[in-house]
Amino acid sequence: MSEFVSASRLERVMKAGHLGVTSECGPPRGSDPEEVRKKGMLIKDYVDAINVTDNQTAMTRMSSLAACIHLKLLGIEPVLQMVTRDRNRVALQSDILGAASFDIPNMLCLSGDHQSFGDCAKGQNVHDLDSMQLVQTVRHMRDEGKFLGGDDIKRPPKIFVGAAANPFADPFEIRVPRLAKKIACGAEFIQTQCIYNIDKFKEWMKRAVDRGLHEKAFIMAGMTPMKSVGMAKYMKKKVPGMDVPDGIIERLAGVEKGKQAQEGIDICVEHIQQLKEITGVAGFHIMAIEWEEKVPEIIKRSGLYPRPEL
Amino acid sequence: MIIAEKKPIQEIIEEVQNFDRILILGCNECVTVCEAGGKKEVEVLASALRMYFITQGKEKVISEHTLERQCDHEYLEEIRKNIDNYDAIVSLACGVGVQFAAEKYLTMPLLPGVNTICLGANEDRGLWTERCQACGSCVLARTGGICPVSRCAKRVLNGPCGGSTNGKCELGPDTDCAWQLIVDRLKALDKMDDYEKIAPIKDWSTDRAGGPRTVTREDVKI
Ligand code: SF4
Ligand code: SF4
Repeated sequence: MSEFVSASRLERVMKAGHLGVTSECGPPRGSDPEEVRKKGMLIKDYVDAINVTDNQTAMTRMSSLAACIHLKLLGIEPVLQMVTRDRNRVALQSDILGAASFDIPNMLCLSGDHQSFGDCAKGQNVHDLDSMQLVQTVRHMRDEGKFLGGDDIKRPPKIFVGAAANPFADPFEIRVPRLAKKIACGAEFIQTQCIYNIDKFKEWMKRAVDRGLHEKAFIMAGMTPMKSVGMAKYMKKKVPGMDVPDGIIERLAGVEKGKQAQEGIDICVEHIQQLKEITGVAGFHIMAIEWEEKVPEIIKRSGLYPRPEL
Repeated sequence: MIIAEKKPIQEIIEEVQNFDRILILGCNECVTVCEAGGKKEVEVLASALRMYFITQGKEKVISEHTLERQCDHEYLEEIRKNIDNYDAIVSLACGVGVQFAAEKYLTMPLLPGVNTICLGANEDRGLWTERCQACGSCVLARTGGICPVSRCAKRVLNGPCGGSTNGKCELGPDTDCAWQLIVDRLKALDKMDDYEKIAPIKDWSTDRAGGPRTVTREDVKI
């Protein structure tokens, strides 16, 4: 039997002991596939795989699965993000099979932002499963070759399964236990919330390493470059579960407006360089929201390019 | 108890304006306690409607009555003797009461005077909050007695989600994060080890998903 659970390049890179690199692409608010392809081609050679978000912030967009297929057809490896907000267990299992039929080899299981943040605030939500139960579901389908209902699946999905973790979310006592729980459910890689508070992240990672969690799943550090001091302030105040230290805001405020974006990228690169040295960090997930053109620079300057040959 | 909230008077006026003899029917149970549909609210609504129709120069008869319970055949019988005196009933009971009355008086238009909100409690003066969504298969034993089904905006059974901040839900500062409350309780009970037990995928067939629910008890049947 193969030592790999899927055909995922991301899985192979990290299992070979290299730092994995992923980035993210938000599908458009329309049906033009060119937008997805363009974003994908910008970063194709700099990453192992590209996450495709699933109606992030609850704004209706092109479906994550469709956008993943566009990338896959270009030879780019997608990470299909799936939230439990909009689909029940019938639809989730069905979309997992759909993804597997295109040999999409990675999936990230999430609960999704509440719909009140998006353009359908008056809509229903589903939450038939939670994100951990979705991880269990994919693992069950893959490893047992069965549907949740118990029937056999012909050609079970071969998918490398991930989950998200927020090292800064409350209540603080359970930040690491919650990670442990996700891993116990079957998450094989973890992508974290954007990290700006390096000390706090190190503390979280230390506790995860103390429990040996870094040996059970690949923990990828989430990075988002700040475009401006305004963005930093917004993230600090308005985005739930985000920890932006004042030092970052002051540093961005200290440079003139036209140079803040460059400063934001410099901070991001410095952070990656620091985190590369930390035990337990298995890779980086770089989320440059609507700023994909900067991803190559960040990856090159952080010493993560070229990507390893397999 | 069932928590309800008065409907805006304008909405009620629009519903009743084509009727001449209107009964405002209160209920002495939950809606009395949450001050939405008891005797007092029946009086207030009846006076407001009378005033309105006088200013409109319309002659209407607005009657008042409050039953011990509207979700009960026996008490609902009380109004049968006078039922022909009305063209419509505005019920200030919860949705259950309105429907029970509608089922009993087949030809009588029944209009809801309150919005039924949730199963909850009176947390503070003037504040009623949800505690249960009657999911039909209670998990409170596993969650420190705090309900993740009704009190978590995403019904997360293995929470919290990543949005929990300073004890509050990602929805905003007015909503407690259910999972913060659960963790606080597990800590107080010295049962934090329970946190890492994985809650299995829930059987929602006992919830709304399974269709209208009934309880049948052979031992209670006559
Ligand atoms: S678990 Fe279900 S029955 Fe128990 S309190 Fe919550 S909603 Fe009500
Ligand atoms: S913040 Fe807490 S209550 Fe709100 S959705 Fe997340 S887990 Fe549920």
